[in-house]
Amino acid sequence: MSNANLPEPSLDRVDGRLKVTGTATYSAEYQFKNLAHAVLVTSKIAKGRITGLDSKLAEAAPGVLAVISHLNSPGVPGYPSVKQPAERAPIGTAFRVFYDDFVYFSGQPVAVVVAQTLEQARHAASLVQVNYQTEKHETDFEANLAKAAVAQSVQRNKTSPFQDYDRGNPDAIKTAEVKLESTYVFPTQHHQPLEPHAIIAVWEADDKLTIYDKNQGVKSAQGNLASTFKLPRENVQVNSPFIGGAFGSGIRVWPHTIAAVLAAKKVKRPVKLVLGRELMQTSVGSRPFTVQKLAIGASKDGLLTAITHEGIGQTSTYEEHLERTILATRAMYACPNVSTRYRLLNLDVNTPTWMRGPGDATGMFALESALDEMAHELKIDPLEFRIRNHADRDPERNLPWSAKSLKECYRIGADQFGWNKRTLEPRSMERNGLLVGYGMASSLYGFHRHPSKAKAIMLADGSVVVQSATMDIGPGTGTAMTQIAAKMLGVTPQKIRFDLGDSSLPDAPGQNGSATITSVGSAVHVACESLKKKLLALAAAMPGSPLANSRFEDITAKTGRIFPIANPSAGISYSEILKYHRLPQVEVTEESKPGPERDQYSMYSFGCHFVEVQVNPLTFEVRVTRVVTCADVGKIINYKTARSQSIGGIVGGIGMALMEESVMDHRFGRYVNTDFAGYHIPVHADIPQIEVYYVDQPDVYVNPIGSKGLGEIAIVGVAAAVANAVFHATGKRVRQLPITVDKLV
Amino acid sequence: MKPFQYVRPTRLKDAIEAVASDPNARYIAGGTNLIDLMKRGIDSSEKLVDINGLPLKKIEKRNGFLRIGALALNSQVAQHKLVLENHPLLAQALNAGASGQLRNMATVGGNILQRTRCPYFYDPVFPCNKRKPGAGCGALEGINRTHAIFGVSKNDPTQSCIAVHPSDFCVALSALDATVVAVGIQGERRIPFSNFHRLPENRPDLDTNLEKGELIVAVEIPDAVFTKHIHYLKIRDRASYAFALVSVATALDLENNRIKSARLALGGVAHKPWRLLEVEKSLVGQPVSEATFRKAAELAMQGAKAFEHNTYKLTLTPNAIIQALKNAVALV
Repeated sequence: MSNANLPEPSLDRVDGRLKVTGTATYSAEYQFKNLAHAVLVTSKIAKGRITGLDSKLAEAAPGVLAVISHLNSPGVPGYPSVKQPAERAPIGTAFRVFYDDFVYFSGQPVAVVVAQTLEQARHAASLVQVNYQTEKHETDFEANLAKAAVAQSVQRNKTSPFQDYDRGNPDAIKTAEVKLESTYVFPTQHHQPLEPHAIIAVWEADDKLTIYDKNQGVKSAQGNLASTFKLPRENVQVNSPFIGGAFGSGIRVWPHTIAAVLAAKKVKRPVKLVLGRELMQTSVGSRPFTVQKLAIGASKDGLLTAITHEGIGQTSTYEEHLERTILATRAMYACPNVSTRYRLLNLDVNTPTWMRGPGDATGMFALESALDEMAHELKIDPLEFRIRNHADRDPERNLPWSAKSLKECYRIGADQFGWNKRTLEPRSMERNGLLVGYGMASSLYGFHRHPSKAKAIMLADGSVVVQSATMDIGPGTGTAMTQIAAKMLGVTPQKIRFDLGDSSLPDAPGQNGSATITSVGSAVHVACESLKKKLLALAAAMPGSPLANSRFEDITAKTGRIFPIANPSAGISYSEILKYHRLPQVEVTEESKPGPERDQYSMYSFGCHFVEVQVNPLTFEVRVTRVVTCADVGKIINYKTARSQSIGGIVGGIGMALMEESVMDHRFGRYVNTDFAGYHIPVHADIPQIEVYYVDQPDVYVNPIGSKGLGEIAIVGVAAAVANAVFHATGKRVRQLPITVDKLV
Repeated sequence: MKPFQYVRPTRLKDAIEAVASDPNARYIAGGTNLIDLMKRGIDSSEKLVDINGLPLKKIEKRNGFLRIGALALNSQVAQHKLVLENHPLLAQALNAGASGQLRNMATVGGNILQRTRCPYFYDPVFPCNKRKPGAGCGALEGINRTHAIFGVSKNDPTQSCIAVHPSDFCVALSALDATVVAVGIQGERRIPFSNFHRLPENRPDLDTNLEKGELIVAVEIPDAVFTKHIHYLKIRDRASYAFALVSVATALDLENNRIKSARLALGGVAHKPWRLLEVEKSLVGQPVSEATFRKAAELAMQGAKAFEHNTYKLTLTPNAIIQALKNAVALV
């Protein structure tokens, strides 16, 4: 056990100084002499057609360079030519910008105004007159629930994980000794990173594009823009070295990016487009509104006998966004009879997307609430109930876990939290006139690892440059990679520079799915290992070299010096090696990718959260007063950045539990809380002391460094732990998030 | 945001003339609300008269009252010795509002004149009688979780407005019988706080009874005995930096464990700070007890009317009153 609250010798963030001194340059901050500014005009209706778009007033306004819409767009080469008569986009079509006159959701970009200054563009945008022919829209999820259906993409793919799933006897639930059925409602939530999405688009030549853009994957953005604009991949350069949070909103290339690129093409100048906060809810996806029906059966002695879990998620009319909502239920507990169903409901909204812990955060809110409800029904301690139903091997794939220390997480978490002080009955604990509740929940997240490359370069002065087109949306990628490189090469971290967020660097996946350390960390590990071998060979070739006959296993390196383990004084420094061979630098590029181990083991990160809440019995205000979290994510690379990531996930989970909700007025099909006064995320005063613990044991089967993903499991389960604590405090079970005062009255 | 002219006079007279003479001119001080409204196209003033150069920052004790200059910053007032000594309720209310950064920008005059946070007012796509008289009220049959339960206008959709006043400070000012000092072309006048903000009635576009061109120069709070048993309770969707669902400003003067005089006003429940004069009267002479507070809370709810999403306020409001009164006298 390791307590991440204790001071550990963790490397400080390598870019911390740049960030806190304001010297890190974010997408909207690049300077260009000729920069023009773009502001979007967005639709006021949720469904219909544009019957007229009058931009004369806007074009005549001071400073305006262009007003671009479907009427005069320079065109996107990757879009098919508009059919006549025009048709609505079929399901599976990424939104096409300024393509035709159809409106698919309120807030859809219908034009963009480009001007010399931001103020001029903003004013001119207000002068664009758009007329619509309105059609009846459907945005109300609960009113349209009956229309939910199996996704078309799932119908086409018989091996899709979203196919109907039955393990054991699907009717077992009917005969369960104790049975509970509940419906859980998860509202639409938005990522709301503090840095709004922003792009500067620069056409360097007719067939050469550079963008400075907020996204989570420079390589995927590069590929998408290359195919959208029919450019050679290498002619698209994406620069995104600093990202002010994203949580999934930057995984895709969104319409505003295309709009900015089109605008830059039209005005033949660099164009900047920054989304205002009011556009963030309709421009960069959302966590989908989801309804879940769970039936859970158990024996009286506390063993799960059957679970049925149906998840219905919201998507747009033009794309199917599927997420893991019901998948965790198959793997989480040892239960012989499990059935899952997943359905989609197409509505006149913009397409949802992945948001931290996509699907699992939603599904585990329902499952872990239901577990708590059953424990209460059975009068068993909720933690004990989970331990009794612990899955010792993956019940879905019937494979051993690569590693699983969930029971150890439970033990550490419960001890540190003082779970044994919890009384069984709800509304039985009090402090200073306030109701006190203890709640807990498990967490899991599937292991993801993608092929990844890294280049490691030893320079003549013994300093090192490591490069990969990976990203840092906040977790401290550069810091962790620097540590991995420093450890392998035996060089102090201060002599290492790690480059990321640049599409010209070696291939790496975008930052999502908790896969960066495991994918890119492995690539950095093997690239540095390979570089070290190359340097050893060069050292061995030097006359009278003490390393002449050393095998790689017999040597080590420290402070830039490579030496036999058996004879530390007989070493050669990296700079001496390069100097002798008259080499300005030595470099290697390596790829690391997963192998057959994925078919032999089931791989997950696991964890648990313990939450204390206080509830005022008169005013119903809920405050989270304590959180203890413990995770098993294999080997921890950097305690400080890991702890920050866990804390961030808990904070997000508290927001999810108590305040986050995008509210739509369905008469208009339009969100009503489009600013931070209406869309609440936690502030400091909402966040108590958070204690973070890790099991910190390498998982030897997953990758060379033994680390698994942490970003998602930090948030998965937190909302349920809070809801369970609220139930324990008040006796009131809230199954529709967020748990606001009005739901407790 | 419309292009606008900007002037910064240094004399009060020039500022007032500049706004009084131009129908599209308005004052700007901290700008913490106005700039947002301009950016979203809700305010389309063509001339901004910046009053930050005027000498209106002073906080001083005068004969019988405390006078706070209109340009004193919310953060300065909340920390000021004279305020803390004489009217700590004001400091509590101010500190319950906005964030540290906003309080450092926002002025006393601006706080009093801030506009509702009703989302239908803030998005020009929605109908709003306050923004565009006669257009209809989006909130009436829409999302009205945060809306008014008192003083709502008659059921004429073209005139209705169920928005609430967002200020915390004003709730305390109302409870403390403050006076607004305004200067216009015609000279200076003193407006009792209870008569400063309006109920929507048939003109929901008007938040206050201020005349065109009139500038708030100060607020005056009469000397009072409410320094000990006071409390500003704010119930909101998170612990800080959120507008009130319901707030309660209360001040009691006690003698032998009985209430000698009481002040009570609510926020987040009406188009203006909701002073509870009848309830205050009913409390006089009563013993300090939960039973007394419960009775007062019950009385306070007379005439309350809820809409689809804010029925919880019918329970939360009296409970908040009880909690605030208990806090004021440290009754657990």
